[in-house]
Amino acid sequence: MAAVRVEEVLAAAEEQEAEKRRSVVVEKELELEFDLGNLLALDRNPPPAAGLRGAGPQREAQLLALARDNTQLLVAQLWELPAERAGGAGGPLVARLPEPTFRLPREKPPPRPKPPTRWEQFARLKGIRRRKRTSLVWDEQAKEWRRRWGYRRAGGDPARAWLAEVPAGADPEEDQFARLRREKRERVARNELNRLRNLARAHRAGTVVPAAPLHPTGHQSKEELSHVARVARVSTASLGRFQPRLPKESAEPPSRSGGRKRRFEPLLGNLAAERSRQLELLKNMSSKKPVLDITRAVNKQLRQEEAEAAAAKGKKQSQRGKRGRRQQRTGRSSKKSAARRQQQRPGGGSTGGSKRKKA
Amino acid sequence: MDPLDRVVKPKTKRAKRFLEKREPKLQENTKIAMLIKGGNANLRVTEVLKDIYAVKKPFAVLYRKKNITRPFEDQTSLEFFSKKSDCSLFLFGSHNKKRPNNLVIGRMFDYHVLDMIELGVEKFVSLKDVKNSKCPEGTKPMLIFAGDMFDVNEEYRRLKSLLIDFFRGPTVPNIRLAGLEYVLHFTAVDGKIYMRSYKVLLKKSGCKIPRIELEEMGPSLDLVMRRTHLASDDLYKLSLKQPKALKPKKKKNISHDVFGTTYGRIHMQKQDLGKLQTRKMKGLKKRPAEKAAEDSGVSPKKSKSA
Repeated sequence: MAAVRVEEVLAAAEEQEAEKRRSVVVEKELELEFDLGNLLALDRNPPPAAGLRGAGPQREAQLLALARDNTQLLVAQLWELPAERAGGAGGPLVARLPEPTFRLPREKPPPRPKPPTRWEQFARLKGIRRRKRTSLVWDEQAKEWRRRWGYRRAGGDPARAWLAEVPAGADPEEDQFARLRREKRERVARNELNRLRNLARAHRAGTVVPAAPLHPTGHQSKEELSHVARVARVSTASLGRFQPRLPKESAEPPSRSGGRKRRFEPLLGNLAAERSRQLELLKNMSSKKPVLDITRAVNKQLRQEEAEAAAAKGKKQSQRGKRGRRQQRTGRSSKKSAARRQQQRPGGGSTGGSKRKKA
Repeated sequence: MDPLDRVVKPKTKRAKRFLEKREPKLQENTKIAMLIKGGNANLRVTEVLKDIYAVKKPFAVLYRKKNITRPFEDQTSLEFFSKKSDCSLFLFGSHNKKRPNNLVIGRMFDYHVLDMIELGVEKFVSLKDVKNSKCPEGTKPMLIFAGDMFDVNEEYRRLKSLLIDFFRGPTVPNIRLAGLEYVLHFTAVDGKIYMRSYKVLLKKSGCKIPRIELEEMGPSLDLVMRRTHLASDDLYKLSLKQPKALKPKKKKNISHDVFGTTYGRIHMQKQDLGKLQTRKMKGLKKRPAEKAAEDSGVSPKKSKSA
């Protein structure tokens, strides 16, 4: 008697459990795909098209039912995740989400590694490694640990020394303190210049060479296209010499940089053409009437005015003070460097001095 | 150095921070959407844009003025806007006789248009039209896509990816379970896409998982697909490329099979047979004299402890 009762009770309890679970369980033909990192569920079952084709309220009800079932499945997955109470026992239940798995395109290309500086390249070539040095050293005079560099450094600041040695063979009248100061200034300027050079090289490497490939987007600018076409034209074994031409393209292949290449007439060849050219030149020289290309002249005038305006502006800036002057100098030095490189050997005595005179 | 090679350097700390925020990063920022009204947007399209803005809010920019541009004809102005406001998602609304109630949804890669898809709005129920309680601003939505079309058709597949990208919001490590109260449901049937947004009500079910009830919240849209502009395969692949630093490092000698069992391969040193413990016998025991000789050879530390 008692045994029967126990079984009945168990069955009833089981039924109750099942009833409870029924409200939570959803049957689907194909299982859903989940990406819990994005709170995303993909239901590949074709929705009941017949019901959805109908008019307003019926369709809305169908959609709502479909959405409810799918959400129930997604929520069931989310509740399975490892969860803990945030901020003690009374806090809200917080689930830890996994990494998103659905691959989405990036917003921007991944960051480029910083190109090595000139020194880093050299160091790699020679196998020079960075050696770690402590920042504090023992100062024997002060009997305490002091910085290796900078303010209150060990051994005292050499710029503040009260005594300077006159090197052998030096002009005895020369101010050695001024010399030291000048040399220091030059070193600082050279370092700044090199830093800017490195920056410019990194900038160039970042923009011109590897990033140039034409993105297959819908829109390209005219310059971009013409640049790519020019590069493509000379990228043959013969450097574009035997490449078929477009109707308006010039006969000679363009140079890689886009500039014009100087070409000479053959020494022996068309004598008549040469004579006519020379005669034309003589005629121009002997004629009183000046040959004037109006567009060119106007352009020249305009450019001159612009340059004058820029120069006037620069002069104004130079009177502003120490800071303004310094910025301007760094800006200029980068521009001038090519010219200076040709004129002087590096380490020549008065780079800094000459620069100041110009500024 | 050419003038073109000059490096543009920020003059102030603030400008520097501003530029740094826009630089490409390993872990990217959350994508921000710009919502643009076309030259002739009608009331409905404007309402749609406003509602989407309300849904997306902290990660969206709503352009208040009209912008006369046609994304499918000229993308330059979109690219300009993208650069200007550093947004990589856009939703452009317009209305004309040929394409009434038109929305163009798209995304950018490196400030160039990657994908864009034109959608026509056939029916629209606004947030304001439904008199129910709403979700708080910035709620991360649950996204559900129903329909085999989203898997079969290439354009729909790309649309699905685009919509996920558009609506998913920030990626978060943790989430409050009671705060999951917003569902965006996309259904593709008969060439139409039904976008519905519901508020979730968590009911007690008696077991651990709650029972879900949904409540219409708005905005809901019935959409049809019109023109598309999809990225070419190589560009799309380029945009999917992950930086090496983000890829999980491969662990040596550990493998998994399909059932998730972990296998390890271990490399053994060659066993030193000289130290092998064999059977102990009295006859092989060391005599005290031998032991003392051995002890003196051992390092002093060890002898101390012994």
